[in-house]
Amino acid sequence: MVSARQAAAAVVDPELRVVTIEELGILRDVSVDEGTGHVTVTITPTYTGCPAMDVIRDDIRTALAAVGHPDAEVRTVFGPPWTTDWISESGRAKLTAAHIAPPHRTGPVALTLSVRCPRCGSPETEQLSRFGSTACKALWRCRACAEPFDHMKAL
Amino acid sequence: MNVDRLLELGDDALIAAQRLAEWHASSPEMEEDVALANIALDQLGAARLLLTYAGEVEGRGRDEDALAFLRDDREFRNCLLVELPNGDFAVTMAKLLFLSAYQLPLYTRLASHEDQRLAAIAGKARKESAYHLDHSAQWTIRLGDGTEESHRRMQDAVDELWPYTHELTAGEVSRAEWLSTVEPVLAEATLTRPADGWAPGGGRAGVHTEHLSYLLAEMQVLHRAHPGARW
Repeated sequence: MVSARQAAAAVVDPELRVVTIEELGILRDVSVDEGTGHVTVTITPTYTGCPAMDVIRDDIRTALAAVGHPDAEVRTVFGPPWTTDWISESGRAKLTAAHIAPPHRTGPVALTLSVRCPRCGSPETEQLSRFGSTACKALWRCRACAEPFDHMKAL
Repeated sequence: MNVDRLLELGDDALIAAQRLAEWHASSPEMEEDVALANIALDQLGAARLLLTYAGEVEGRGRDEDALAFLRDDREFRNCLLVELPNGDFAVTMAKLLFLSAYQLPLYTRLASHEDQRLAAIAGKARKESAYHLDHSAQWTIRLGDGTEESHRRMQDAVDELWPYTHELTAGEVSRAEWLSTVEPVLAEATLTRPADGWAPGGGRAGVHTEHLSYLLAEMQVLHRAHPGARW
């Protein structure tokens, strides 16, 4: 029997299809009312204008209905604000495996660290554009192997 | 929370988003097309949250769509800067620099506001503003300290928009605080900081330039022609 929590946690991000919403850190809470069976899922967006949110809400409701929880509600909260530090280690490994360079850990002091090429591992990389194919990514290029790649921006 | 205050914040973001979106598919290079669309999306995201909240506080049953698409120009509370035409790329970058040098300290302050909902929205928007400021500052420096032609255009843009920046610093963000962000960028860009003089205002009271009417006509026409239409 798959729990409501497990079903919601297994939903994949529609724009970064290699990671789940739990690994991405946008799944904040899943609670089930034992009396009514009503499920409340709480999520938080990566960016305020993230266009994937509607799809994520639909996917969560579909996933819950499939494991016997048709009465589900998805709530969106904005505080505390999402940070890339909430991406799990397994999420980071999966992003790298999909050739998306994961974000740095954010610290109290803003540091510009080199981003390693997710294909050849070289630190000799350069930023082409601070904004990429989705709100959460920037476009980079490796000087060693010449491949362009996405880098998830630290936020 | 005061409705007019939320409308000021939300309308600034909404109108800025609409102007930035006008560049979509016509930016000087593909990377910039993606960048401007992303920044527009950030502004739109903040606008949706702020206008939704404003509608709830107002208590007259207006949602984000009713506030965005069914108000006339006199009911908008945005500053004049955001409604001005995009001009050339230098004007667009100067507008974004001046706006984000205002939004970043403002959202930072509001992130610790006693109103928890506003604080959460501001805490989120603040991180995005930092990227907007960085992007526009880098372009201002590159163009200002670039060729003779790019320098001329960037200086023209700064001169043209400068009067409209006084409206930004008439409230919570002081002139000194705003200048502490903008002046070092202009200096590094080898641009001359314009003298203060004419200071047009009125946006916060609903008195706008004619540009807003044209912008609203384009933004609202579909919703007004087909009320409640959905994709």
